[in-house]
Amino acid sequence: MVEWTDSERAIINSIFSNLDYEEIGRKSLCRCLIVYPWTQRYFGGFGNLYNAETILCNPLIAAHGTKILHGLDRALKNMDDIKNTYAELSLLHSDKLHVDPDNFRLLADCLTVVIAAKMGAAFTVDTQVAWQKFLSVVVSALGRQYH
Amino acid sequence: MSLSAKQKATVRDFFSKMSTRSDDIGAEALSRLVAVYPQTKSYFAHWKEATPGSAPVRKHGITIMGGVYDAVGKIDDLKGGLLSLSELHAFMLRVDPVNFKLLAHCMLVCMSMIFPEEFTPQVHVAVDKFLAQLALALCEKYR
Repeated sequence: MVEWTDSERAIINSIFSNLDYEEIGRKSLCRCLIVYPWTQRYFGGFGNLYNAETILCNPLIAAHGTKILHGLDRALKNMDDIKNTYAELSLLHSDKLHVDPDNFRLLADCLTVVIAAKMGAAFTVDTQVAWQKFLSVVVSALGRQYH
Repeated sequence: MSLSAKQKATVRDFFSKMSTRSDDIGAEALSRLVAVYPQTKSYFAHWKEATPGSAPVRKHGITIMGGVYDAVGKIDDLKGGLLSLSELHAFMLRVDPVNFKLLAHCMLVCMSMIFPEEFTPQVHVAVDKFLAQLALALCEKYR
């Protein structure tokens, strides 16, 4: 089981309580699709992904980015059992969506970059440590049910 | 995944904008590397301390960033231009290549923090590709 210090819990909660889900969700997913274009393979039905500009203006991608970010709320509410919290979602990504679990890491990295831009100097070393620990637990949980 | 001419120009342009803060970015990036990925401290066991923000970490971060800037100047032939640095990493330092990716990620985070407007997705992909090419050039002599 993952151990969280009070400080880590406070940092994670603080990030989420100040989060603009629409802005950060959209920016993170767009960035992922632009920086790692092979991730576009999962978005065949999402309209025009022709270049960076069209990706950034795509409303379906924006909506999906928000949805993904809200998906992290589950982990926030169940920090002491993220592994089981995401068991069902993990199976979904494996059996129905067929997403290579390495993509979870790519999206997590883009999310970190976008949050760093938003927070600036407030994204301290301790904040980054806690944030990346949280995301790595989520990423691991999402990949756990693959078979 | 080699850089297009446009991406090379993007890299040169962004690094030029970044130059006033390059020391900070280098120092911060290495601090974050040893904090977020503690296993990387294994390469710095010979220092008195390898804590984030400490003097040896800051100094070495600045040194590394200097190397990255030097590589920007050699962007058209990284393998040729970084031959001696590659030999250093291959025969002396023997840093496991996975760590180049980790440090690159920390550099990208610092660039994003300090230049949020300029570090657009297009700049991000160009810089990420450049750092990946740089890492490949550093690994050239490994085996």
